[in-house]
Amino acid sequence: MVSEEEFGRYETAWCPGCGNFSILKAMKKALVMSGLAPYEVLFVSGIGQAAKAPHYLNAHVFNGLHGRALPVATGAKLANPRLAVIAESGDGCTYGEGGNHFLAAIRRNINVTLIVHDNQVYGLTKGQASPTSEEGFVTKAQPHGVLSAPFNPLAVAVTMRAGFVARGFSGAVEELATLISLAIAHPGFALVDVLQPCVSFNKVNTFSWYRKRCATLPPDYDPTDWEAALHTALEWGEKIPTGVLYRNDRPSFESRFPVLDKGPLTNVRVDRESYGEIIAAMT
Amino acid sequence: MDSSPTILIGGAAGQGLLTVGQLLSRVLVRSGFHIVVTQDYMSRIRGGHNTFSIRMSSAPIVAPRETVNILIAFDGESVRKHLSHMTNDGIIVMADNVQAETGNHTCLRIPVATLGKPAMFNIMAAAIVATLLDLDDGLVDKTMREELPDSFDEAAAALQAAFSWARNTGVSRPSLRPAGVSAPRMMVNGNEALALGAIAGGLRFAAFYPMTPGTSVMLTLLAHADRMGLVVEQAEDEIAAVTMAIGASFTGAPSLVSTSGGGFALMGEGVSLAGMTETPLVVIIAQRPGPATGLPTRTEQADLEFVLHAGHGEFPRAILAPGSPEQCFELAAHALDLAERTQGPVLILTDQFLADSYRDVAPFRAETITPVYPLELTPHDEGVYARYALTDTGISPRALPGSGKKLVVADSDEHTEDGHITEDLTIRTKMVEKRLRKMELLRNECIRPAFIGADNPDLLFVCWGSVLGAVTEAAEELSAQGIKAASLHFSQVWPLVAESFLPLLERSGAVVVVEGNATGQFARLLRRECGFMAQVRINRYDGLPITPEFILRQLAEKELIS
Ligand SMILES: Cc1ncc(C[n+]2csc(CCOP(=O)(O)OP(=O)(O)O)c2C)c(N)n1
Ligand code: SF4
Ligand SMILES: [Mg+2]
Repeated sequence: MVSEEEFGRYETAWCPGCGNFSILKAMKKALVMSGLAPYEVLFVSGIGQAAKAPHYLNAHVFNGLHGRALPVATGAKLANPRLAVIAESGDGCTYGEGGNHFLAAIRRNINVTLIVHDNQVYGLTKGQASPTSEEGFVTKAQPHGVLSAPFNPLAVAVTMRAGFVARGFSGAVEELATLISLAIAHPGFALVDVLQPCVSFNKVNTFSWYRKRCATLPPDYDPTDWEAALHTALEWGEKIPTGVLYRNDRPSFESRFPVLDKGPLTNVRVDRESYGEIIAAMT
Repeated sequence: MDSSPTILIGGAAGQGLLTVGQLLSRVLVRSGFHIVVTQDYMSRIRGGHNTFSIRMSSAPIVAPRETVNILIAFDGESVRKHLSHMTNDGIIVMADNVQAETGNHTCLRIPVATLGKPAMFNIMAAAIVATLLDLDDGLVDKTMREELPDSFDEAAAALQAAFSWARNTGVSRPSLRPAGVSAPRMMVNGNEALALGAIAGGLRFAAFYPMTPGTSVMLTLLAHADRMGLVVEQAEDEIAAVTMAIGASFTGAPSLVSTSGGGFALMGEGVSLAGMTETPLVVIIAQRPGPATGLPTRTEQADLEFVLHAGHGEFPRAILAPGSPEQCFELAAHALDLAERTQGPVLILTDQFLADSYRDVAPFRAETITPVYPLELTPHDEGVYARYALTDTGISPRALPGSGKKLVVADSDEHTEDGHITEDLTIRTKMVEKRLRKMELLRNECIRPAFIGADNPDLLFVCWGSVLGAVTEAAEELSAQGIKAASLHFSQVWPLVAESFLPLLERSGAVVVVEGNATGQFARLLRRECGFMAQVRINRYDGLPITPEFILRQLAEKELIS
C-alpha cells in the first residue's frame, strides 16, 4: 500500500491561502486511492502557478512549456502506455495558450488525466484575464473589464463527447480526491476542471463565492446521458454543479495501436527481416 | 543522342505525370541505368504546368541537367515551354490531338483514340519511350503491374497497343547501353531515404503537421509503421508535433518530426525545450522558398541561419545537410544516435529538390546501422536521481520514467541537478556551462566536409546539402576542360570545426561558394566561424535546383572561365 507520505512534502512558491494547496492535497489522496506508486505516475505540466504543482510531490515530472502540457503528455503516453499520465496546469495554459491541444486531446481520447486549476485568472503573470474570466472582470490589462465571453471548458468537452468530464472545487478536498481518482481510473481522456480561488488576483471568485454556489450533483444523476450532461455543463451562476458531469466508454487512442499492446516503445527492436523485405520491394 | 539523356514529362497537375515518371524511372533502374529525377510542380491539385524529368545514364550521374532529349508532352503548353531546351536530335512524344509548333524535331504523335482511352496517354507514352530506349517490354509490363495494381487490366491493353504502334513507327533509337550493373539497385528519393534511415536507426515515434515538402518523410514512415512497430501521429499543429515528440522521447522512444520552414517557425519553442530539458529530438526541415508561404512546392536553401538560431536561449545543437539519398539514409540514423548521445536537438536540413529527387542506390541495409537504444545509464535503485547531474562532459546519466523506480524530473525552468525549478543563480551558471560543455562531444563527432578532386585546386567549389551533385559534375566538367577544379561538400553545417577544412580552403585558388539562397548564408557562416572570406559566391533563388549548367554560366558571367 502506498501512503500519502510517499508522495512527499515540499515547500511551495504559492501565496498563503491559495486554492492550489488543497488541490495538491486532493491529488495525493487520489494517487493513494488509485493505488499508484510514485514511479508509476508521470506528471506533465505547462507554465503558471498551477503548473508548479508537480514539483511539490514525488513522481516522474516533465514541467514543460506554457500551453504544451497536453501534447507532451500525449507523446509520453503513446511511448509508454503503462505510465499513468497526468497533465496538470492552469486555465490560461490549458484553455488559452494550449486551446488547440485541448480540443485535439478530447478528439483523440488519449488516456491522459487533465487537471486544470481554474482560477479564472493568470496568476503567475500577475492578474490578467484568462479565457475563463467572466465578462466585465476588471484587471490592469482589462481596465474596462473583460470584453470577451468566457470559455466554458466543460460545455465544450461534453459537446465533443470527451471521455470523462468532471468539475471539482478546491474547497471540497474529499470530493475532489474522489473525482481525480475516478478520472485516473477512466480509460480515456479525462478532464477535471477545478474551481480554484486565487487569493491574490481574483477578488470576485473567492472561497466564499464558490462555497455559496457549488452543489454536488445528486446521486441519481446519470453521467452517461449526453443531453442532460450538456444542460448541466451550461449551468453557471447561482448554482454551479460539481461531480462527474459526463462520461462514455469510447476506446482510448493508444488502444488503437497494436504495437503498444507489447508495452513501451523503448523496448521495440528493429526487425531487420521485415526491413529487408521493405527494401526488396523497392528494387 | 547524349550518353546521359533527359526525359522530361510535362503537363498539368492531375493528368498522371507522376505515374509515367515513376514507372519509367523504375524500369530504367531495373534495366541497369542510373537516374537523377527532378520534380517541378505547382502548388495546386489540378491544372497548371508540372514537370517530372528523368536524367538517365549508363555511367554514374549525380545532378540534373537542363537540356531535354525526349519530351513527353501532355499538352501544348509543355511543348511551348520546353522546346527551346531540346537538343537538335530531341524527340517529342505527344497525343495526336495536341496542337503545338514542334520545330524541326522528330515528333511522335500517338493516335490515342485508336490505341485506347485518351486518359491512358500516360501509359502509352511510357510504352513508346520504353521502345525508343530499347527497354524490355516484359519488364515494363511487370513493373506497371506492381505500380498500378488496381487499374492494371485497362492499362495493360493500352500498353500493349502502344508497344506495337511504336515498333511500327520506325524512329531511330538512341544506342544507349545500360551499365550492366548486376546487383539490383533500389529507387528512392531523399525523403524516403530519410524515413528508411530513421527506421533502421531505431526510430519509434514520429509526429507531424502536413507541410510540403516535408510530409512525404512521414508518409513513408506511415507506410511501414505497423510492420516496423512505430507510432506516427498527425498532430493538430507543429507545436503539438514537436512537443509530442519531446514527450515520447523523454519516455524513451527515439523521436522525429518533419516539416518545412514555415512549420519549423512554430517549432522554435520545442527546439528550445529540447535544449533545456536535454531531451533527444530530431527535426527534419525540408526547405522551400520563403519568406512566409513563399513558393510552396519549389526548392531553396535559405533557412540555414534560421535553423541555426531557432529557439530562444543558448544550447548546443547539430545541423546535418545530406547531399544525396544515400546521405539521407545514413544521416537520419546518425541524427537519432547523436540526439540520444548529446541529449538534445539535432536538425536535418534538406530541400524540395532532394526530397523529391529519385535516384538509384545500392539497397539500404539495416545491418549497416547500429540502432539507437535510449540510454539507461543509471541503475534503477531507490534514492534521488539527478537527471541533470553536473558532469565533466556535460552529459548526465539518463534514466527513463517508467522503466524503474527512480523518479525522473525534467524542467523547462532553470533547474537543480535533480530537475526541480530553481532561481539559485549559482546553479544557473553551472547549468548553462554544463549544457554548453556538450558542444565538445558535438565537435568531436562532427562530420568532416568531403573533398572531391585533386589537391591544391585552382578553383574550389564549396557547397552544402543538396547542391552536392551539381557541384560535383560542374567540377568534373571543368577538369575535363583542363581547369584544376575540386569541390568541398559539407554534410554537416553546424558545428563547424575549422581545423578540419580551413587548410584546404587556404591551399586552393579561387574559392566559390555555391548555395541556393540570395544572401550567401553559408559563405557568411564560414566567415563568422572560421574567418574565411570566400572570393566568389554563386547563388540561386528562383525556386529551381542548382544545375551544373547554372554554375558554369555563372562562372562565365563572373569571367572566371571563358
Ligand atoms: C509562451 C509563453 N507565453 C507567455 C508566458 C507567460 N506566462 C507564464 S504563466 C502565464 C499565465 C498563467 O496562467 P494560468 O495558466 O491560468 O496559470 P496560473 O498562474 O493562473 O495558475 C503566462 C501568460 C510564458 N511563460 N510562455
Ligand atoms: S497568485 Fe493566485 S493562484 Fe497563484 S499562488 Fe497566489 S493565490 Fe495562488
Ligand atoms: Mg489561472
